[in-house]
Amino acid sequence: MSSLDNRAKHYWKENIRYVVILLAIWFLVSYVFGIFLAEPLNAVRVGGAKLGFWFAQQGSIYVFVILIFVYVRLMNKLDKKYEFDEI
Amino acid sequence: MSVQTWTFIIVGLTFALYIGIAIWSRAGSTSEFYVAGGGVHPVANGMATAADWMSAASFISMAGLISFMGYDGAVFLMGWTGGYVLLALLLAPYLRKFGKFTVPDFIGDRYYSNVARTVAVICAIIVSFTYVAGQMRGVGVVFSRFLEVDITTGVYIGMAIVFFYAVLGGMKGITYTQVAQYCVLIFAYMVPAFFISLAMTGNIIPQLGLIGDVTDGSGMALLDKLDQLHRDLGFAEYTTGTKTMADVFAITFALMVGTAGLPHVIVRFFTVPKVKDARVSAGWALVFIAILYTTAPAIAAFARTNLIKTVSNEQYSSMPEWFSKWEETGLITFTDKNNDGIIQYVGDADKNELVIDRDIMVLANPEIANLPNWVIALVAAGGLAAALSTAAGLLLVISTAISRDLVKMQIKPDITEKGELMWARIGAVFAVIVAGYFGIHPPGFVAAVVALAFGLAAASFFPAIVLGVFDKRMNREGAITGMIVGICLMLWYMLKFKFGIFDGGKEAVAGLKSGWWFGISPEGFGTVAMAVNLIIALVVSRLTAPPPQDVQDIVEDIRVPRGAGSAHAH
Repeated sequence: MSSLDNRAKHYWKENIRYVVILLAIWFLVSYVFGIFLAEPLNAVRVGGAKLGFWFAQQGSIYVFVILIFVYVRLMNKLDKKYEFDEI
Repeated sequence: MSVQTWTFIIVGLTFALYIGIAIWSRAGSTSEFYVAGGGVHPVANGMATAADWMSAASFISMAGLISFMGYDGAVFLMGWTGGYVLLALLLAPYLRKFGKFTVPDFIGDRYYSNVARTVAVICAIIVSFTYVAGQMRGVGVVFSRFLEVDITTGVYIGMAIVFFYAVLGGMKGITYTQVAQYCVLIFAYMVPAFFISLAMTGNIIPQLGLIGDVTDGSGMALLDKLDQLHRDLGFAEYTTGTKTMADVFAITFALMVGTAGLPHVIVRFFTVPKVKDARVSAGWALVFIAILYTTAPAIAAFARTNLIKTVSNEQYSSMPEWFSKWEETGLITFTDKNNDGIIQYVGDADKNELVIDRDIMVLANPEIANLPNWVIALVAAGGLAAALSTAAGLLLVISTAISRDLVKMQIKPDITEKGELMWARIGAVFAVIVAGYFGIHPPGFVAAVVALAFGLAAASFFPAIVLGVFDKRMNREGAITGMIVGICLMLWYMLKFKFGIFDGGKEAVAGLKSGWWFGISPEGFGTVAMAVNLIIALVVSRLTAPPPQDVQDIVEDIRVPRGAGSAHAH
């Protein structure tokens, strides 16, 4: 196996790892906090809002934005590490 | 100055701006027409994507919907934003690296099959047409309410404007007009929100106002106050909602995946210069969308509280001016059932005397809150910007599907660039006319079908594209079977449970609710259909021959960013 194929393989593996972790957080804040556990979380408060409700209508959206920018950062570093960044 | 004078001035100025931009950014080549030459800055593309994405429904209807749905409104808020995470992580960078012009391009090449391409073209056209009909209607409604022309004239004016910059400028013209339209619509959305938040909670930022206290001296949190009002009147509590958990999950998921599969959204990521620009551009798009989407639930809660306080248990004769104005349009109706002259607005359907159309909340909000006339005019211009920008993006998808995916790729491969560009413009003209027709003669099922568009996109495109990138073994047989089964299942479920086709029509729909699979409504069924598509595609692909080596090489190639180059025609 040539070194280019090898590099591509490792690059792809690390990329998949990032994607899985970030999507796990994506699922956690929206579906788990905002829907499945909304009821129990509502016992906790953020300001004047119940936490489950807040995650469903506000918090999850903020986290979504952060997730994308974290991914952009991680991938820009990864591109450089494996020399796949665009010239 | 009167509201109408202000509206003429502000709407006139914004339209002049759009036309000016269209003339400045005319498209000279197919690459400019399809993907703006691939040279759009990622932040500008983010803004254009936001305007493209946020339609008349987001701008006009969403806050009103949430206002009446309470917690359940979260399905729209999360569903229409979470899809961008999927886009950024699973689709945008790879499609950009692939470097063609359309979604059917990708499907056709990746699955080395014109059948796959055709299935994708049909899906793209169905999804886009159902969507665009709703937009033109939105244009008509705003015109008729604020400029007091009739809806038909409103639709004609809207058609003329879109025609001008979509046909002339293609993607290039549309992109820069959408940037301007985003600025107009977000300004128009935020100004009243600041005013109302300040008045109700003492905090000018609506996102903070939502979790703040009301300023009526009770010292209660706004949402607690609203819950209490709801309980007192017999409505379900605002912050808990009424849908089942399974349904909330399914609808949210279907909307997210559907968003990530919509052709007019995906195609925007072909316009940036590099793969890394595609990633960050999705991030910027979501920032610009999130500004509106985190404000909407605040507006919803403020408007709901305001409304209940204004009308509940008050004399009908002492209602403010906006009340009677909207009554004239038939969007508010009051029937004094017990003849006491007082408005009973309660959860019990037998005693309730007031019916309010959800769509009026955003448009009426500035009036309810007594804001100055120029703010009301601004909201009209914002609604038009939202509707026009989305309509233009959709029209481009349709015209591209005709000129490139049908004429160039299938009917007449040796067509010259000039000829193809002409076909693209013909396609745009055709699309504008059909959209206008639907705007003037809206089929009764438009609203229902827009929800179907998401289900269709989720059930067809999303698995085919994601598997095309992430599963090298995925082949033509698997992808085509998956798409066809996914779409047919989705269509069948919608026809059965939304339109009651197999059980005697619309009247039967309510009674069929107990037959829903896993308690999932037709709006949420895209989730199930997508899962079925995915499983079938995987199984069939493993039972048939693997894709040829050159296709596997394409997959290897799109997985790494280096060497993206600009979008090319081959």
